[in-house]
Amino acid sequence: MATAADQAVPTFYVKDEHDHAEGGSTMLGFWIYLMSDCLIFAILFAVYGVLGTNYAAGPAPKDLFDLSLVAVNTTMLLLSSITYGFAMLSMEKNRVAATQAWLGVTGLFGLAFLGIELYEFAHMIHEGATPQRSGFLSAFFTLVGTHGLHVTFGIIWLVTLMIQVGQRGLIAANRRRLMCLSMFWHFLDVIWIGVFTFVYLMGMLR
Amino acid sequence: MSANHDTAAAHEAHDDGHGHASLKGYLTGFVLSVILTAIPFWLVMTGAIENKQAAAIVIMVFAVVQIVVHMIYFLHMNSSSEGGWSMLAMMFTIIVVVIVLTGSLWVMYHLNTNMMPGLHEMSEMS
Repeated sequence: MATAADQAVPTFYVKDEHDHAEGGSTMLGFWIYLMSDCLIFAILFAVYGVLGTNYAAGPAPKDLFDLSLVAVNTTMLLLSSITYGFAMLSMEKNRVAATQAWLGVTGLFGLAFLGIELYEFAHMIHEGATPQRSGFLSAFFTLVGTHGLHVTFGIIWLVTLMIQVGQRGLIAANRRRLMCLSMFWHFLDVIWIGVFTFVYLMGMLR
Repeated sequence: MSANHDTAAAHEAHDDGHGHASLKGYLTGFVLSVILTAIPFWLVMTGAIENKQAAAIVIMVFAVVQIVVHMIYFLHMNSSSEGGWSMLAMMFTIIVVVIVLTGSLWVMYHLNTNMMPGLHEMSEMS
């Protein structure tokens, strides 16, 4: 009796360890990271919500925002989301060149987004609407700038993965990394929905 | 042992969360996102809704719907991925986000209106 029980216990533990394959919990871990990132953005949105009307007799959203520019910007990010999706589909079909090509297209759309955003920032600062001008502008630059920084790091990560896929091919580790970046990239698009709705569209309504 | 390996591999493939990705899914998500982005932009740029508060509520509803579309078609969220843990983490995050946003806005709005010098006294005098 005792020997049978002793044998049953080790087999149980062996099975349990096999369930934790290398990188098996990476996706959930990365998702939890994204959720914590979401909390950072929630706080910045709350700050913008509180300070968004404190113009200090300076420019208001209506004087600064150009909605057609924001619409172009939103289109860039949306297009980069679908092209990243195409990269993932190519990855599932084991097509290295197609995966890299779609990643490259995604990166270009990301760069276009950043370029337009930097143009908008430069334009605003040139007009005297600097982050120091009012509470509204401080909160605006912090919120939109943090999102822009995330996109910047996403592009750096994307280029890194393009090189890694080129050197090692679509190995399991690279697939996992591509899946993490996929979540990161689509998550940034979700945050941008909040930004263009709460900051730009609602700002123009005020 | 080999049986263990097989179940582990099957488990891994199942727990991917990305196994449901398909061209049709991505295209559906993209078309829905374009529509859900274009309508609020059009509403604000043309001023189609006169009442600003009503317009704000409408574009907020569009944003929420679009976020759900992105979650389903791009992030492939469902209640079974990662054994339900990712959904649980998201639910917790949404609760915290709602508390942070409504709490801050509500408290600071009342702080602003009640601290406004003169306004309060004037309304009391009249």
